[in-house]
Amino acid sequence: MKVKVLYFASLREQLGTAGEEIDLPAGVGTVAALRSHLRARGGAWELALAETKLVRAALNQDMVPPSAALKAGDEVAFFPPVTGG
Amino acid sequence: MNISVQREDFDAGAEMRALSRDPKVGAVASFVGVVREVGMTLEHYPGMTDKALRKIVEEAKGRWKVLDCTVIHRTGELKPTDQIVLVAVASAHRGDAFAACEFIMDFLKTQAPFWKKEAAGWVEARASDDAAAERWTTAAAPTPSRRRR
Repeated sequence: MKVKVLYFASLREQLGTAGEEIDLPAGVGTVAALRSHLRARGGAWELALAETKLVRAALNQDMVPPSAALKAGDEVAFFPPVTGG
Repeated sequence: MNISVQREDFDAGAEMRALSRDPKVGAVASFVGVVREVGMTLEHYPGMTDKALRKIVEEAKGRWKVLDCTVIHRTGELKPTDQIVLVAVASAHRGDAFAACEFIMDFLKTQAPFWKKEAAGWVEARASDDAAAERWTTAAAPTPSRRRR
């Protein structure tokens, strides 16, 4: 199952990429599971996506909780808490 | 509903006058956010920003009698005293306009995907902004029925 993953602001800088397409292994079916999957890459991924870090997620351009389910073709975005206005 | 995410500056007076052309409008309340002290760069999530702002305005329209609304948020390089954001709400009476304007601004601060970066680094989200948005879900939240018109 392929999904598009985007990273913004400090997260994009820490990870050194603005986004990628990922073919998810079986069992990675939620936003939280995707975050764990990415964290398992180690290095900057482990640090930036650590459980202690406040990371928000959007699924198809709507903010969602970590339990949100993924399907093929989804656009998932990870970013720090927003600071506009 | 007029939503714009843009690099260019805006004319708040012209935007407010445009909202008051409808003779049903008796009140236009507005908020302008301005860059304070240090310059910054504003990043956003282009595919999501417009959608998030529309959702916030729709929510406000469900709570108050809003006749029309304009939200403009700038991105890119901004320097001290530059305008960042405009929220202007038109309604028949001031209670709805004041409350909806404040609600939209509070939710924009916590739900719309914008991030500020200053020379010293990325600006951290503030707990007080979450608290400001949170208060609209409590019993004490201002609603037209609790406010004098």
